[in-house]
Amino acid sequence: METYTIIVLLLAATIRVAAPLLLAALAGLFSERSGVIALGLEGMMLGAAFAAAAVSAVTGSAWLGLGAGIATAVALALLLGFACITHRGNQVVAAMAINIMVAGLGPTLALGWFNLGGQTPQLDGPGQRFMSLVWPGADAARSVPFPGLLYAELLSGHHLLVYLAAALVPLAAWVLYRTRFGLRLRAVGENPLAVDTAGIAVNRLRYQAVAISGVLCGVAGACLSTAASSGFVRDMTAGKGYLALAALIFGKWKPYPTLGACLLFAFTDALAARLQGVALPVVGVVPVQFILALPYVLTVLLLAGFVGKAVAPLALGTPYAKEK
Amino acid sequence: MSDGRPLPPALELRGIDKRFGAVHANRAISLAVARGSIHGLIGENGAGKSTVMNIVYGFHQADAGEILVQGRRVELRSPQAAIAAGIGMVHQHFMLVDNFTVLENVVLGVEDGPVLAGGLARARAALEQLGRDYGLDVPLDTVVSELSVGLQQRVEILKALHRGAEILILDEPTAVLTPQEADQLFRMLGRLRAQGKTVILVTHKLREIMAVTDRVTVMRQGAVVAEVATRDTSPRDLAEKMVGRAVLLTVEKGPARPGEVLLEVKRLAVCDDRGVPRIKGVSFALRAGEIIGLAGVAGNGQSELLEALAGIRAPSGGQILLRGTDLVGGAVDPRARRRLGLAHVPEDRLRRGVVAGFSAQANSILGYQDRAAYNRGLLADQAAILAGCERQMATYDVRPPNPRLRLTAFSGGNQQKLVIARELEADPQVLLVGQPTRGVDIGAIEFIHRQLVALRDAGKAVFLVSVELDEILGLADRILVIAGGEIVGELARADATEERLGLMMAGVKEAHA
Repeated sequence: METYTIIVLLLAATIRVAAPLLLAALAGLFSERSGVIALGLEGMMLGAAFAAAAVSAVTGSAWLGLGAGIATAVALALLLGFACITHRGNQVVAAMAINIMVAGLGPTLALGWFNLGGQTPQLDGPGQRFMSLVWPGADAARSVPFPGLLYAELLSGHHLLVYLAAALVPLAAWVLYRTRFGLRLRAVGENPLAVDTAGIAVNRLRYQAVAISGVLCGVAGACLSTAASSGFVRDMTAGKGYLALAALIFGKWKPYPTLGACLLFAFTDALAARLQGVALPVVGVVPVQFILALPYVLTVLLLAGFVGKAVAPLALGTPYAKEK
Repeated sequence: MSDGRPLPPALELRGIDKRFGAVHANRAISLAVARGSIHGLIGENGAGKSTVMNIVYGFHQADAGEILVQGRRVELRSPQAAIAAGIGMVHQHFMLVDNFTVLENVVLGVEDGPVLAGGLARARAALEQLGRDYGLDVPLDTVVSELSVGLQQRVEILKALHRGAEILILDEPTAVLTPQEADQLFRMLGRLRAQGKTVILVTHKLREIMAVTDRVTVMRQGAVVAEVATRDTSPRDLAEKMVGRAVLLTVEKGPARPGEVLLEVKRLAVCDDRGVPRIKGVSFALRAGEIIGLAGVAGNGQSELLEALAGIRAPSGGQILLRGTDLVGGAVDPRARRRLGLAHVPEDRLRRGVVAGFSAQANSILGYQDRAAYNRGLLADQAAILAGCERQMATYDVRPPNPRLRLTAFSGGNQQKLVIARELEADPQVLLVGQPTRGVDIGAIEFIHRQLVALRDAGKAVFLVSVELDEILGLADRILVIAGGEIVGELARADATEERLGLMMAGVKEAHA
């Protein structure tokens, strides 16, 4: 294949990989901007992936699956909220507890219900998955390298949730910076006491934020199990929740820079997939484990060195309690 | 009004009672605040002033009693309810979101619609009108963290007025202001009164009460002990009512007899945690038998200077000579500094001075725990430690005199007495002391001040850092003024007036005559 085609396909893969990451990172954005640490993204996403695949397998509807994924992730988010907001528990511990619980619960339920070794059945029936949408004329345009191939691979040919993720970035930015809810959300993550004295209920606002975070994680999870692949398998998030959190921090808790960070991480992921088994100049064939570790190595490097002064929301991780 | 009946008070409290666990914070508080007046609420730390005002602002709920606003009984279950009743509050610690603009801070909670744009435009127009009416000019699009403290306070006042406050409560509003800024604030309060607003000024500073209020309510131990017209009272009278006994407002001390230089600081430079220079080439010499007072508005480098002198923070340049020994070049740590005769009463008592969860006796040896007197072989000599703490408690009048109590069981004043006792018992040559009376009641202030003067008279040197000008003026023999990390002036006590110091604190260097 010529280089141009390879690059276009690499970018197309980047977009596909970025979508769930972006959805999870936006989920984290709402949670962290309200002052609740978003370490639970991983568990919420994984739980949603399981619920979406299971319901889709049983009902034959990807849409019902999506709804189940969202409901599951929102339930987990509210559980986290109950522990961390109402009872002012340690946010890191509570989120990790949820992650660990879901990691075991998903495969266990899958085993009990479907008896397929902890997986859900293959989603190959009609309507069980979100399939790629082919835009008008995309197939015809493919033969013209420029701009036809770009149109066919980058704009066309993704499943619905990819487009949804893309549309959510400007929407999130608008909500965050242009609405009353966004103003209050940003304020509560910086100085909850100021919000309280302004006559706004702090905990209610934080619950709303984690609930939104649950909805977005639900979509992200459904994206993994009913769109990007055809079913739930054990540990299928593979750290994407943490990666999304890293992208959020790298993006300095702002929607567009977070989009950029997600695309960067997704690109290394797509690159890693493409580089498996390929002999590179000078070094030869690089062991696959090393290649697969690349996105994570990059994460560590970026967070350690290149973020610069990332100023987290001031009240992040601090439960709100009225002082005596 | 046309029917000739007297106007009801703007705010009336009847029998407000509040407990926090075992603490009876408010006991049957009743008070009435006349409309269009400035009413002072004075009392020592812990007298329950803030609690009662937090109840009025709906932040806490009273256990018993009722609140009337403009003659009508109201239930204030939340700040929102208080705001709706026309009550606004400027808290001691500002309730601002630092990375928001002034405009965003003002509209937070009263955005006027789910989408911001329209509400922001309307709020901008309203604020510009308020600014003209009351002389409250604030740049609306500036991020709050870039404003001076005085301007941030104006934002708080604007916030309250924009919410339609008719009654404005200010909690310790001058704690962070220069005297000039405080005077500006008082003029502003006068304008508010002239426009018919009611102002409640909560403070522990007698000067402010005398300067601006019409009436004053005095609280002690959770109860109202007096309510008088300001013109019928005096600072001495108020202080007695606050403390419950006669107090000396001024420290009696003779002239200083300075001796040899004990501590010399040369071109000292210090950076804060983020690497920002906070002390820029400070030099001074502290002599035996004198108290130097460092005056300045909080946050002008005082903390960094104290920390560098005490050995907690490494300077980025310059010298600190303690009786000829260079503490910087030799990298002398705090423990070694103590052995050389340098004691330190830190500004932030609870973070640096004590371990709050330890008993008083454990706290009484912190920093000196390796002294022979407190040890027997490898073990700590508990009997000696207990005896030492009992002795300190007796000498420094710490109440209750029980060395086994946890530190948090003591009041702020008694905690501070314990710290001062510990440091003075080590018989230092030089004492560094930061904000010695912060959060300390008047009775203890008097005692602590006498101890510092006694130390001076014993031929030791004292370096006093305080944001309370009265304290500096009362104790210091020489006054250094710090602004922006530089010493902007030095005055002998006899030449110092509040006005001159205030100008210097604002960074105005005096031309040399």
